[in-house]
Amino acid sequence: MTAQIRRILTTPTVGPLLALLVACVFFYTQNQRFATGNNLSLIIQQVTVVGTLAIGQTIIILTAGIDLSNGLIMAFSQMLMAKMAVDGTFDPVVAQLGLSESAALIVVPFITITIGMVVAIGAGLLNGLLVTRLNLPPFIVTLGTLNIFFALTRIYTISSATQLPDVLTFFGNTFTIQETRITYGTLMLLALVAITWYLLTQTQIGRHIYAVGDNPEAARLTGIPVKRVLLIAYSYAGFMYGMAALLLIARTRVGDPQAGQNSNLESITAVVLGGTSLFGGRGNIIGTLVGALIIGVLRNGLQLMGVPSIYQVLFTGILVITAVAVDQFSQRAG
Amino acid sequence: MNDVQPVLKAEKLVKHYGSVVALGGADFELYPGEIQAVIGDNGAGKSTLIKALSGAIVPDSGQIYLNGEPVRFRSPIDARNRGIETVYQSLAVAPAMNIVENLFLGREVRRNDILGRVFGMLDKKKMLDDATGYMQDLKFRIQSMKQPVETLSGGQRQGVAVARSAAFASNVVIMDEPTAALGVKESGMVLDLIRKVRDSGLPVILISHNMPHVWELADRIHIQRLGKRAAVIKPDEYSMSDGVAIMTGAMTIEGQEAETDDI
Repeated sequence: MTAQIRRILTTPTVGPLLALLVACVFFYTQNQRFATGNNLSLIIQQVTVVGTLAIGQTIIILTAGIDLSNGLIMAFSQMLMAKMAVDGTFDPVVAQLGLSESAALIVVPFITITIGMVVAIGAGLLNGLLVTRLNLPPFIVTLGTLNIFFALTRIYTISSATQLPDVLTFFGNTFTIQETRITYGTLMLLALVAITWYLLTQTQIGRHIYAVGDNPEAARLTGIPVKRVLLIAYSYAGFMYGMAALLLIARTRVGDPQAGQNSNLESITAVVLGGTSLFGGRGNIIGTLVGALIIGVLRNGLQLMGVPSIYQVLFTGILVITAVAVDQFSQRAG
Repeated sequence: MNDVQPVLKAEKLVKHYGSVVALGGADFELYPGEIQAVIGDNGAGKSTLIKALSGAIVPDSGQIYLNGEPVRFRSPIDARNRGIETVYQSLAVAPAMNIVENLFLGREVRRNDILGRVFGMLDKKKMLDDATGYMQDLKFRIQSMKQPVETLSGGQRQGVAVARSAAFASNVVIMDEPTAALGVKESGMVLDLIRKVRDSGLPVILISHNMPHVWELADRIHIQRLGKRAAVIKPDEYSMSDGVAIMTGAMTIEGQEAETDDI
């Protein structure tokens, strides 16, 4: 019986879920407003961007890597999507095609979103190529590309892009279920989690990502193409950073050249809180969603209690250390 | 035995590393249903021979035959596609993954319906059933097929690797120092499994430094010396010290000198 309880407690995601539950109950006792539908919906809205980044981060960490560059890849991609949609880059194309003004407001954003997505996937692929071809540690590679994409964003523009076309901010729009307003961005986050869950748990590439992170030598010896698996993992993460860029624009309704500078650490925090091991090969995507929600609940709950925001950062720090300590401990026990 | 065709046969394999001769015309024959051990001093070309047979290196010259048919392995994948599986000394398992996942690592089975063909969904039930079957064939007792491999002992982990090879090999299983990382009791378990693999009809090549294991398990012993085959002996006809004497060149066997072809 105790063995069974032990097994349930050490099952990944159960710990993070319990933590989330405890936090929710605590904040509910402190402030009844916490548990209103609109507040809970707001919490999810607030974590859509970091949650989406954390999906990509989870994939990389499962391969025993780490990605410091994701926030800045998102920032660069977001700037491309937003600025090119409003600065007239595509005016010649619009003129050539003879599009009406209203048609251009639909076509141009789709073009810039595509460009932003391709650049984000390419940036992920670049990380993957540097890791696999030059055999460099992911920490160093992504520290380098972090700086590169920070610089590229600033070189491209230092001013915000505003008055964005509706297509770009679609995911910020809301619909209402029983008086609770929910954004399409929330649905997108849940969809991306579901797709990634399917890939990781139900398909061959998912099993190979775990195997590569768990024991790369065993993976190689059993004939798994380790480098190709890594390239796919990094590119998929890049795709998530592109989606995060789109969700960021939807939330802020501007293209912000200052965006994403702390997002790398926030995404790693969500992944770690979700019970994914920094040693690779252990963890899951549902945990990451829970981890992101823990951050969101903590911020929101403390804010409702009137606790100064700097204490939210303090609590997050303590939580991260606790989560990593639990990870270390369970590694040693296993 | 000469009227039986060898499953795996190598003729005059040569491999140079720069000016070093690792294999100087080595021969090898593995017959159906036998455990053939390969022993030899360090530098005798034992591991080079095995790498050539398992596809890890390509010999400079010489020919390998599988069931009488000339073959050329350019990679371990080539050899594996021809039904030759290798068990390595390093426990080549993914510790956080469960037994079923480890048995099918790199060879996952997709569902045979639209979910499998279009969405790549794995057939977990089939893999569980097949894996259970493999383990039962080897009389390998385990609490649950879904327990992570890290919860197993070292011997059981190597047992999973042995079971994986036996399940997917159609011709030969090569065991490269399978007990080197294990304790006495654990080794005994793995040796037992190797015997069961042979009894299931798969011939086994066993590379080992452990003379007692070799004499306990092997049907025949290939002794490699100076890049060639010095002799093939039966463990009940020659003692361990004879074996060591042949390895070091202190003793030769009439008609089996490395220079002559005995086939």
